[in-house]
Amino acid sequence: MTTYFTQDHEWISVEGDSATVGITDYAQAQLGDVVFVEVPPAGTEVAKGKEAAVVESVKAASDVYAPVSGTVTEGNAALEADPALVNTSPEGEGWFFKLKLADPAELEGLMDETAYKAFVAGL
Amino acid sequence: MSADDQIAEPLPLDMWHRSRGARMVPFAGYAMPIQYEGIIAEHTWTREHAGLFDVSHMGQLTLSGEGLDDALEAVLPADVKSLALGRMRYSLLLNESGGIIDDLMFSRWPTKIYMVVNGAVKTGDIAHLRAHLPAAITLEHMTERALLALQGPEAFAALARVTTGKWDLSVLSFMMGGPFQIGGVDAWISRSGYTGEDGFEISVDADQVEKVADLLCAQPEVKPIGLGARDSLRLEAGLPLYGHDLDTRTDPVSADLTFAISKRRRAEGGFPGADLILKRLAEGAPTKRVGFAIEGRLPAREGAEIFAGDTKVGTVTSGGFAPTVNAPIAMGYVEAPHAAPGSRLEIEVRGKRLAATVTPMPFVPHRYVRKGAA
Repeated sequence: MTTYFTQDHEWISVEGDSATVGITDYAQAQLGDVVFVEVPPAGTEVAKGKEAAVVESVKAASDVYAPVSGTVTEGNAALEADPALVNTSPEGEGWFFKLKLADPAELEGLMDETAYKAFVAGL
Repeated sequence: MSADDQIAEPLPLDMWHRSRGARMVPFAGYAMPIQYEGIIAEHTWTREHAGLFDVSHMGQLTLSGEGLDDALEAVLPADVKSLALGRMRYSLLLNESGGIIDDLMFSRWPTKIYMVVNGAVKTGDIAHLRAHLPAAITLEHMTERALLALQGPEAFAALARVTTGKWDLSVLSFMMGGPFQIGGVDAWISRSGYTGEDGFEISVDADQVEKVADLLCAQPEVKPIGLGARDSLRLEAGLPLYGHDLDTRTDPVSADLTFAISKRRRAEGGFPGADLILKRLAEGAPTKRVGFAIEGRLPAREGAEIFAGDTKVGTVTSGGFAPTVNAPIAMGYVEAPHAAPGSRLEIEVRGKRLAATVTPMPFVPHRYVRKGAA
């Protein structure tokens, strides 16, 4: 399993042609208390760099973008009852959705963990 | 470049906030703390204990001179003449068509009126006052002054412990103020605030404010609270925010602030926009500011449109997740026929219609202390 990161602070954990997507610890800290998450239902086609989910903190609504294109296989139902999982476990139980990759080559432009840490340190 | 990218001046407690882990954001032209540990935790702490807010961005003014009360009654719809020493009132700066230029608090000092106006519009307020008050009136903008608010059910206990002076702090009830010392620092303290809780607003010299803030935060009941929780607390308290829920396109009747127009002024008129405002008082306004309870968990925010069936009947002016209510709430203007409590409407968020019911405000009961002792 390999995890990649985007400049918009999403992570994508890939195993074969399946992947899990969420937002990073940096992103959840910037957002503050998450009170609502809207995840795409299974079957939704998402496109790389386009809105795929919405996260609402106390202060504001923010879009979450698909790191790569694909078909959603599952939205994280646990976030409906407990959206604060995004704050407490952003890279674990607070995942947003799983998808089947349309084109694994799209992963090539993403950052690995070391590159993402350096990117965040420069913000 | 958005408004948020503009120059943000530091306030007197800038480093104090940063050293306590605040995330600073530009607001009203200043760098201000949006949050420390998190908005919900800070909100809840204030409702249960006491929160210290730095509101030094607000404009603190004094007005003095011959004929002051008459002069102020020409620009405000308040009964200034009946205001006793140490008493405080809420009022509105109105334009000639009855539009709200700002909302404000004013208090009677021995030889002056002390006024606190919103930070984001204080420059315009001062210009308006200077243009509309006679030359005999002196307006001083107290730029060397800081303002703190200590709010919450334990605010009295915390503040009383560090306050000395000619009077005991318990002489103050809601909307009264007086001179005290906090840790030896001269302070004007009023029992007032913007959270719906019991609490105090504290005006001190800017070069002494760090000492006062340190002393207050050393009390076990007190934590510093950011602007984020200030907004969620005031929304639950049903209190409007200028620039969002109030502006020059709203008048006191549609804004449901008729309590700010005293009985005598209603009878006599003679304030800006009196013709329109008195007409609306008698006949009702075409739109009204109301509160909404929203079904589900998805917040409706400023700008969301309000519908009755297919017809748009209003717009949300403030909204968000309410930590104490534990649900989304909103405030907005709707056409008068839909403004009655219990009126069932829909608010559109990202193409979805949320069921919303017009609800009396406040959403969380006020806990003001209206009689002497706490």
